[in-house]
Amino acid sequence: MSLAEHENAGNTGRAATADDAGTASAQRPATASPRAAAVADLVPHLRAILGEDGLLTDRSQRRTYESDGLTHHREVPGVVALPTSADQVAAVVRLCHEHGVPFVPRGAGTGLSAGALPHSDGVLLVTSRMRRILEIDIANECAVVEPGVANLDITRAAAPHGYYYAPDPSSQQVCSVGGNVAENSGGAHCLKYGFTVNHVRGLDVVTPAGDLVRLGGKAADAPGYDLIGAFVGSEGTLGVATRVVVNLTRTPEKTVTLLSAFDSMDAGGRAVSSIIGEGVLPSAIEMMDALAIEAAEAAVACDYPEGAAAVLVVELDGPTEEVDAQVAQVEHLCAQAGSFETRTASSAEERALIWKGRKSAFAAVGRISPAYIVQDGVVPRTALPEVLRRITELSADSGIRVANVFHAGDGNLHPLVLFDDAEQGAWERAEEVSAQILDLCVEHGGSITGEHGVGVDKACKMPRMYGPDDLETFDLFRRSLDPDGTANPEKLLPTPRLCGEQPGVQRDVHPLVASGHAEQF
Amino acid sequence: MTEPISGDTDQRFSELLDDCVHCGFCLPTCPTHVLWGQEMDSPRGRIHLMEQMHEDDVLTQAAVGHFDNCLGCLACVSACPSGVAYDALIDHTRHKVEEQHERPVPERALRGAVFSLFPYRARLRMMRGPLRAYQATGVGRALRKSGVLDRISPTLATMERIAPPLSSPPPPLPEFVPAVGSRRARVGMLVGCVQGAFFPEVNTATARILALEGCDVVIPRSQGCCGALSGHSGRLDEAARFTRALVEVFERADVERVVVNSAGCGSSMKHMDRTLEEAGADPAWVRRARAASEKVVDLTEFLADLGPQAERHPLPVHAAYHDACHLSHGQGVTSAPRELLARIPELTVSDLPNKEICCGSAGVYNLFNPEPAAELGDRKGQDAAATGAQVLVSGNPGCSMQIGSALERAGTPMPVAHTARVLDASLRGLGTEVLLGP
Repeated sequence: MSLAEHENAGNTGRAATADDAGTASAQRPATASPRAAAVADLVPHLRAILGEDGLLTDRSQRRTYESDGLTHHREVPGVVALPTSADQVAAVVRLCHEHGVPFVPRGAGTGLSAGALPHSDGVLLVTSRMRRILEIDIANECAVVEPGVANLDITRAAAPHGYYYAPDPSSQQVCSVGGNVAENSGGAHCLKYGFTVNHVRGLDVVTPAGDLVRLGGKAADAPGYDLIGAFVGSEGTLGVATRVVVNLTRTPEKTVTLLSAFDSMDAGGRAVSSIIGEGVLPSAIEMMDALAIEAAEAAVACDYPEGAAAVLVVELDGPTEEVDAQVAQVEHLCAQAGSFETRTASSAEERALIWKGRKSAFAAVGRISPAYIVQDGVVPRTALPEVLRRITELSADSGIRVANVFHAGDGNLHPLVLFDDAEQGAWERAEEVSAQILDLCVEHGGSITGEHGVGVDKACKMPRMYGPDDLETFDLFRRSLDPDGTANPEKLLPTPRLCGEQPGVQRDVHPLVASGHAEQF
Repeated sequence: MTEPISGDTDQRFSELLDDCVHCGFCLPTCPTHVLWGQEMDSPRGRIHLMEQMHEDDVLTQAAVGHFDNCLGCLACVSACPSGVAYDALIDHTRHKVEEQHERPVPERALRGAVFSLFPYRARLRMMRGPLRAYQATGVGRALRKSGVLDRISPTLATMERIAPPLSSPPPPLPEFVPAVGSRRARVGMLVGCVQGAFFPEVNTATARILALEGCDVVIPRSQGCCGALSGHSGRLDEAARFTRALVEVFERADVERVVVNSAGCGSSMKHMDRTLEEAGADPAWVRRARAASEKVVDLTEFLADLGPQAERHPLPVHAAYHDACHLSHGQGVTSAPRELLARIPELTVSDLPNKEICCGSAGVYNLFNPEPAAELGDRKGQDAAATGAQVLVSGNPGCSMQIGSALERAGTPMPVAHTARVLDASLRGLGTEVLLGP
């Protein structure tokens, strides 16, 4: 296939917008902003770097990239770059840096905070063609991969050796490792195994200035500042990862998944507390409420116990004897908390069936509601029952349905706020409920995001969690690597334009700047 | 010229589009996304292009290219947690493209030629003679080596490559094959265009198994094409015409079920009502088509449901089972064929790695888009070879030709057999030579 054939090929005799056919430079509108002019001027240079096939300028093609997994935020990218190597990424970023053109990195486009929302006057840098697994190094228990590799593909490649890649976001078969690094993605098994940051040993990074640098490597624990720790979760604001060294974890000897059904969320919550309280550390404890179960049933017919107001999915893994003992213990604790049915699955197929319902839940909500907001917040585990009760009240008061699917083990809530996007003002009302849920989380000592990231979606909510000095420190750090603000601008940290308010960063000078210990860029 | 698309189907199209929540779960199973890694060649991206077409009334050359690139394998339908009916969406879109988009002359000529040949068994059969003579001369091998055909026309080269080696045709099937032993059902049987012309032995085997399992088999000689190839290419009028004729034929046959041994045909015949509805047929016809569709069943799903009656003789062979897309994704039939194979004594069956990815055959896709089809065929050939099996088993004639030729191209030839032929060999107590060759 040749993109060249598609480009400039004209339209089909039907109405088309003016810039459908041509390159941005050929069709530059008279009212273009200075930045738009800059991105149009870059086109020939970008084409020289990426080749005909690696650059999209046709508007209908660019439009398919207008949002990531959070479709409420949309913006057609100025151009789309599809690099195939780190050198190409570095060359594109360097070009952006030289011309002051913003760039936005994007992996598989499954993010749920609009972290990959394109910039209309910028370059969208998509890593979907950088998807080679470069090395499976069993002796060093690590894998070296390109950023576009799907999370689950690492496990598929390592499985024949008895290893797997532990972080497992629900979208693991599609989401990219580069995206996982940017968002510090978690998953159901974070409770025992930690987040992406706990599994990244080395990174090749293209900095916002276009330099290709190497952080860490196969050996653990490099001295000095933990730059990997800073980069993981930076949401593309510190550059683009072009090569990732991840830990491989030995596949446990035995894994058992339990499905326990309760007639109230409270009872389920009690079971969670007592399991952890007894010193059992499951690899995952997931909880779903009745509405989420209904959606999952509609989507994948997971056959969860009928009439359940809540189900817990508890997974135990490790040496056989230890797991067997813990299974008995968890069964007992669930029964004590009031479970009316507990199923135990040890075969891969049966376990997959239990997980199928849970893993499909987000997307499955599409079956019971025309649209929904996936919220992501964290509370201390002990606050779970109280916060869940308050969410139920919020839902009842507002008349807006909220389905709950969450990582109960680490208190990471995923309320799904349902609404009908065809209805006038429905999104605003749902958004309001969604925001109030976040307030609840913060009030109870939690966080505005557990694993989906801040992106555009929650940038303006950062001040609810951080004070002005905190935000300014973040900003100083960001500017130390990206003084011109070209790397994924207007994400992660609040800006006046984005939030329409004084966010704090424009306030007084930072104490460190005032004392002459730091420089304001 | 096709019927104009009515407001009703447009409204329905819009509702179906809304089902997509943009989660991206379809990306890794989409063959063109696997090949090219760009959004517009993924189901999610194509749905976006469909939205553009629908909402803004824009149908760009680029969009048409991306719709044409879609193999229609429906792996995305299996992968979608939100239940997006991509099959209905792409069929409607293709119809719209054919209605509104003027294709360049050479492309139109090629399409015209293909569609005046493939849906007609008699015309395909007429090709057998020259094709056999051609294969006997060995010119084919020399020609293939020279690469001359690839330079002249990739489509011709593909047709040359995938044509199966032909022996003299078996005698035509009778219109009625009585059940052996106690009668358990009366079924109709679809002969299929490509299956009938190039793999008549599969049809013979199918009729024989059905009879041995206690079915009266009705094989109407008047049956034509099911319309799948036309329907999947946006030629809706043509598809509707074939559909009506087929509905009438099987209504007259007075059967409980209509058994189909070709995945592509079966997948399409299970929604003949939708085809007619989209083509603007009156409700009475839609009802008739629905009743006919409800009787349609794949051979393997029918046999697994019926349960075995005839004795299975040992067949000591290692088989790899390839999921034809229109069987697994199009009809959700994955366990029945494996179950049937596993029940044959001494036969072991393996899965292919990446089994959900299309082999690139996809009806007539490999004729219109030969390059990506060949690339996908090569990948599938490697996956098949990796199983170390002696024979590849598949439930669709297109897949058999496509993967067989890919394996040969790679220098790892492996016989390819339809599930029906494997069962037939076991039921009749034939040796493995029937499948593996001498």
